[in-house]
Amino acid sequence: MADRSIPWFMGAAIVLTLLGLYCSFFTTPDVLQDQKEYYRIIFIHVPAAWMSMWLYVIMAGWAAIGLVFNTRLSFMMATAVAPTGAIFTFLALWTGSFWGRTSWGTWWDWDPRLTFELILLFLFIGYMALHAAIDDPRRADRASALLALVGVFCIPIIYYSVQCPDPNSLNCRALHQTSSLRSIESSILISMMIMALAYWMYSFAAVLMRVRSIILEREKGNEWVSELLGRMK
Amino acid sequence: MWAVLQCMLTRDLILAIRRMSDVLTTLFFFVIVVSLFPLGIGADMDTLRAIAPGVVWVAALLASMLALGRLFNEDFADGTLEQWILTPQPLALLVLSKIVAHWLVTGVPLVLIAPLLGLQYDLPANALWILVLSLLVGTPVLSLIGAIGAALTLGLRGGGVLISLLVLPLYVPVLIFGAGVVDAGISGLDTQAHFWLMSAFLVLALVFSPLATAAALRISIE
Repeated sequence: MADRSIPWFMGAAIVLTLLGLYCSFFTTPDVLQDQKEYYRIIFIHVPAAWMSMWLYVIMAGWAAIGLVFNTRLSFMMATAVAPTGAIFTFLALWTGSFWGRTSWGTWWDWDPRLTFELILLFLFIGYMALHAAIDDPRRADRASALLALVGVFCIPIIYYSVQCPDPNSLNCRALHQTSSLRSIESSILISMMIMALAYWMYSFAAVLMRVRSIILEREKGNEWVSELLGRMK
Repeated sequence: MWAVLQCMLTRDLILAIRRMSDVLTTLFFFVIVVSLFPLGIGADMDTLRAIAPGVVWVAALLASMLALGRLFNEDFADGTLEQWILTPQPLALLVLSKIVAHWLVTGVPLVLIAPLLGLQYDLPANALWILVLSLLVGTPVLSLIGAIGAALTLGLRGGGVLISLLVLPLYVPVLIFGAGVVDAGISGLDTQAHFWLMSAFLVLALVFSPLATAAALRISIE
């Protein structure tokens, strides 16, 4: 089933990305306060950040299912999600630093959201490193799954770190302020949603492709794999 | 059950005392790292005073992390760890007593020597006191969180580097508030909130870390 759906997902991803980028350049206003054209990075940055958090939660979810039900496929799904999650986290951090440079004059700022997004990147990389360091696949799966679950505390911190009870107090001066999704113009919101959908389609496609190779690699001792490969010749 | 915990604690402490060098290496690593920074950055007292909390805390983090290797590895090597998993006592409690012993041997010396290092950086007296308190509350959390990493990487080739990759991101909140409380103390701001938050970390870690470590040990031993 994955075979048949991957081209659809990839196709949807490409179409939506093109649509999203078109929208972000042509149908949205030219300036946003004093950020001029640079604010358009938001169309890549914000959906990528959303994806990074969601993919971590999904990875931890598969890890939890795998630990509870002891199913190999759940662990394989979790392992397949990790690199995509890492890519989106890196993308969010990188585009974010460009946005920060052009709009606020700084490549980096140690505000809570940014810092914990960086920690999220380290968590993804740690997951992949731990998985790669253990030879026995069963132990590798379970160990990295535990690590993924331990790191889940990061996500609420990223999400809630911008909700300050008192925006004027000294502790709450940060680069990221409370979510303003409700008050943006609809054209900007729609473009962001299209890009987010594009990223979701890409994630499905990438994860499915990856898990397909993981399954083939892990199960290569089994008959059905040799039959499949035989049929494909 | 208390007898079992006490027995384990005594055993670990006696083993640690017999191999004092392990303990002292961690301590001296801490002292050396803290002493390296003024040599590298220059001895301007104002700069040093400003960076002191961060430097001492990062050195404490690194020293804690290096000491994690001796938490489970020796017992894993001679098979005692497997026996613990097989006992009817809850593994989480056994792990907790091991972590307490580990902290007493590696964390407490750091706390005790911190005032001297603070003097090297020309910290005022009240800041020294806050530094000691912050380390006192923070180092157990470091041991607790580090134990999870140590259990996950039991017996692996990657060794110390892998454990640092796993454990340092989890240490970051403790570092932020630990160094932050000393900074606040130097500037004269209120430090209570930071201490409450760090105590919250300690309580959370005390509850969840032994469970996670026990699960990780079970995964690693199979």
